Amino acid sequence: MNIDKISQQLLSKLPIYRLKDLIKAIRACKTAADERAVIQKESAAIRTSFREENNEARHANVAKLLYIHMLGYPAHFGQMECLKLVASPRFADKRLGYLGIMLLLDENQEVLTLVTNSLKNDMNHSNMYIVGLALCTLGNISSPEMARDLCAEVEKLLGSSNTYIRKKAALCAVRIIRRVPDLQENFISKAKSLINDRNHGVLITGITLITEMCLQNADTLVLFRKAVPVLVRHLKNLVTAGFSPEHDVTGVTDPFLQVKILRLLRFLGHDDAEATEAMNDVLAQVATNTESSKNVGNSILYETVLTIMDIPSESGLRVLAINILGKFLSNRDNNIRTGGLGQGRCAWGNVICEGPEFWQCRKTRTVSFDGGFLVQGPHQRYFARKTQHAYSTLYRHPPLHFEPRHSYVALETLNKTVTIDTQAVQRHRNIILDCLRDGDISIRRRALELSFALINEQNVRVLTRELLAFLEIADAEFKQGMTTKICLAADRFAPNKRWHIDTVLRVLKLAGNYVREEILAGFIRLVAQTSELHQYTVQKLYAALKADISQESLVLAGVWVIGEYGDVLIKGGSFEEEELVKEVTEGDVLSLFDSVLQGPYANQVTREYVITALMKLSSRFTDYQATAQIKVMLQGHVASHEVEIQQRAVEYTNLFQYDGIRPAVLERMPVPEGRVREVGGAGEGADQGRCRVWGLICGLVGLGEIGGMWGDAVCVDLSIAGVGVLVVGWLFCLCVEGRVFLVCILLMDLLWFAALACSIRPEPFRYLETGTERSRCLLMDLMGVGTASGNVPAPSSLPAVKPASTSHQKQDSMDFLVDIFGGGGGGAAAASAPAPTTTSQSSSGAGLFDLLGGSEPSPTPAAGLNSLASLSSALPSTPPLQQQQRRTSQPVSQAQPVSQAQQGSYEAYNRNGLRIRLTPSREIANPNVTSIAVAFHNDGSAGAGAVLELLFQAAVPKTQKLQMMPASSNRVEVGGVERQVMRVANPNQTPLKLRLRVSYVLANTGAKIDDIAEFGGFPEGSF
Amino acid sequence: MRPVTPLLCTSNPLRMIQYIIVFNRQGKVRLNRWFNAQSDKQKATTTREAVTMILTRKKTMATILEYHQYKLIFRRYASLYFAMAVDWTDNELNVLEIIHRYVQALDDYFGTVCELDVIYNFDKAYWILDEMIIGGELQETSRKAIISE
Repeated sequence: MNIDKISQQLLSKLPIYRLKDLIKAIRACKTAADERAVIQKESAAIRTSFREENNEARHANVAKLLYIHMLGYPAHFGQMECLKLVASPRFADKRLGYLGIMLLLDENQEVLTLVTNSLKNDMNHSNMYIVGLALCTLGNISSPEMARDLCAEVEKLLGSSNTYIRKKAALCAVRIIRRVPDLQENFISKAKSLINDRNHGVLITGITLITEMCLQNADTLVLFRKAVPVLVRHLKNLVTAGFSPEHDVTGVTDPFLQVKILRLLRFLGHDDAEATEAMNDVLAQVATNTESSKNVGNSILYETVLTIMDIPSESGLRVLAINILGKFLSNRDNNIRTGGLGQGRCAWGNVICEGPEFWQCRKTRTVSFDGGFLVQGPHQRYFARKTQHAYSTLYRHPPLHFEPRHSYVALETLNKTVTIDTQAVQRHRNIILDCLRDGDISIRRRALELSFALINEQNVRVLTRELLAFLEIADAEFKQGMTTKICLAADRFAPNKRWHIDTVLRVLKLAGNYVREEILAGFIRLVAQTSELHQYTVQKLYAALKADISQESLVLAGVWVIGEYGDVLIKGGSFEEEELVKEVTEGDVLSLFDSVLQGPYANQVTREYVITALMKLSSRFTDYQATAQIKVMLQGHVASHEVEIQQRAVEYTNLFQYDGIRPAVLERMPVPEGRVREVGGAGEGADQGRCRVWGLICGLVGLGEIGGMWGDAVCVDLSIAGVGVLVVGWLFCLCVEGRVFLVCILLMDLLWFAALACSIRPEPFRYLETGTERSRCLLMDLMGVGTASGNVPAPSSLPAVKPASTSHQKQDSMDFLVDIFGGGGGGAAAASAPAPTTTSQSSSGAGLFDLLGGSEPSPTPAAGLNSLASLSSALPSTPPLQQQQRRTSQPVSQAQPVSQAQQGSYEAYNRNGLRIRLTPSREIANPNVTSIAVAFHNDGSAGAGAVLELLFQAAVPKTQKLQMMPASSNRVEVGGVERQVMRVANPNQTPLKLRLRVSYVLANTGAKIDDIAEFGGFPEGSF
Repeated sequence: MRPVTPLLCTSNPLRMIQYIIVFNRQGKVRLNRWFNAQSDKQKATTTREAVTMILTRKKTMATILEYHQYKLIFRRYASLYFAMAVDWTDNELNVLEIIHRYVQALDDYFGTVCELDVIYNFDKAYWILDEMIIGGELQETSRKAIISE
């Protein structure tokens, strides 16, 4: 063992004595854990030393502790030691003690009160540096109590003959009046004398003090207006003064003081013509004489601009100020154009620092130290390289040439001033628009705000074009706000309707996934209101949809408009797309809708829109084939797993049986009056799942009717009685079915629905009361609601429906009520629980009443008001829903009609005559669980006879869990079907994927088959 | 007579430096000073977030960040970042100058200052800071005066 090693081991056990050693030890640590260990050990040693009252080591210990504290480790146990150090007579001890107090304590800690006394003593010390230390500490951490206690001392020191003490006392006074504003009066007279001081330090602190006082108290502000001439003189001296090495910052004399004076002048001159008059000259002088090529100059110019804008200054001065801001934005641009290279302008990011005197001595150290310090020579080379780079990229990225921080401050100030002086800001519009493409998000955000503020009638076309161009590349976080603002601006300033429609359309195209509902509603309103442009709009939307179906809002708007004005689209016959004239046929429109429905971007809302639009088209299109195709498409959704879509599909399919009323039901929506709502609070998502635009419009119509109906007291009474009877009947039905446990839930829903039904649509009850005589009138009412315009006579539909309603009149009214309930219950059950089964298939004549009962099929009021949907839901109700639910809950026990089984099922295996089909469905009680019904068909096509000893196994990815139910039989006869259910729990909602293993014996050949099949998953949204 | 216009900056008349953090490229804090009372936990969170934000800035971006209710203004000198948080209405360019002035003062004092100087003489760096800034307000602008005292 060598001696080095031993000594190292010994050393590591000894505590570290000096601060330097500790820092070295910490820096030598390779990992964070090592560092923690060293610091813990050292902290423990320091703690022990403190406990032993070791006076010699205290200084070093506190210093070490402060270092440890800075690294983020606890050091509060050193607080008392700092106090002890402060009490020591030695200057070095005091200095470290106060530093410790400033770092370890803050104004909220109780220990601080103990410091007050030491501070008081030190403020009366003969040594000015010790007084300075005490003042500095007070200024940094004074609490309100300390401020009160030490106010008198500070006041006294403000009058000291020593500038070093005076300036510190002034800042202490600032802190004191910030903490205790009442103490302000004590300092006013002293502050007055401070602004006549010649020392810059005293002057700057004095001005800070006065600014603080003026902001706190309006009376003081008036008092100090008298000081304006003095301040103006100071500023003038600074601007015109020659080189003073002490205060010079790259050629500008004491910019800090200038900024402070300008700021105080701003408060003093605010809304005071006299004070402004006095400072106009000097402001103009500063604005014109300050060199703007360096950051220092710009900081003064920036402050000057703020002052000019804040005081009632001359208009010439204001123009000057705005031009300065414009120059800020473009200063780099000018520099490049004049080829001004190598002037040492720090414009490319802020790594480069100006100030030759600072860098001159740096040459030797440049490389050794991190390679980061740039000396004059390399500085210029670096700059030249950057500029060359800028030349080469200038055309590709024009906005690169802005000085980022200047852009930032200029944009922000312009934002503030735009309300005051729009005209002057307008001139810098192009530069502002360029800033939209800046690399820095803060600048983009400011520029965006500003551009929206700049829009007016004259420039709306140009600016909107620019903003639309920006929208395409904008960050996702901007998009929603942008779409809203662009559309609002278009709404406000649109020169004509066509431009307005074009603009919104473009927004929908570019950022259709970021458009708020209100905007969409506004667009549809706009389209409906401009009947002269229907053809144009519908063609445009059709072309846009053909090009892109990925933008949700575009799809919604397009589908709605095509549904509404499909006839116009077809009548136009052709449309222009990029100069090419193309034909549109009914089949084209339908295939477009089909692609939307099948497409990967379809969600429930779009599907709802498409289904309804398809239905509308059925009355717009005359071609028989088209109608047949629509029927087929609707039929495809009759068993949809989305209740709303299923309901719509079923209702609409049934509507085809009533050709008499269908065209009237599917009339165009009435043109909405005025504006429904511009911009509401963000994020209403409560009533998703219905076409809300319609809901909104129809809601208004519906609301008007409610108003009329509520007056009729008899009607309301009756309706309540009716509800009671309905509830009893419904209860009875359910009990018979043995599903008592569900009754409670359903009852709640039903009562709610019933209440809603009677409040919103009292017509059926009125009908009950008045009998057949009013049936005609009621029918008119209904049609009125259905077409939502109230004055569509629909004469052709009358005879068709009338017999039905009158025949029904003869039936028992109880029956009828149950029917109503049945219709309503179907919807309620669908919404609330998985296993409801009302058999509401009433006799065919009950259609109208079913409809009325079912007029509130969904629990959202807005949806309920959707007149078209509710009217069509009147038609005989919803057996497929129940069938479907039976299928999902008990798929094994019930044989399904083949057409049902085929619906939404996917073939996973087909060999030797054995076909395996999978039908997925989401469990309503737990949407994370997918239940897959497996059907084994044996079509005997291979001539192998029955399948015996069938064993079906499946495996899922690790994130999912699989549960297999027993199969109905392990033997499948030829032409027979056997079933099995598996449940897949999929909490992460990953795509379903199955690996299947099937083994069976063929009865005829006796061959044992063992097969493995992969099943790639169900298409998105198929269940 | 012109109509009375509101001051551009009346919302927050306080215009002081809220805190100063000096840290290196690895995010190690070399100096910090808080002019308003905050709990240690708050300080740690703020420091961590501010440092991360600043270190991820690209060179061409502005050195002004909007962070909570303050603006963070920073400047990089070799491996050291000097960041100051100021009130929203303060003059950002002037703050950059203050940072620069502080670095100049350090440079005058240490000769040719580097990160190691700041590490080993952090107490002196603090004292120089105290000569320049008290309670978040500038005290002395003369380089000579700062150093001599």
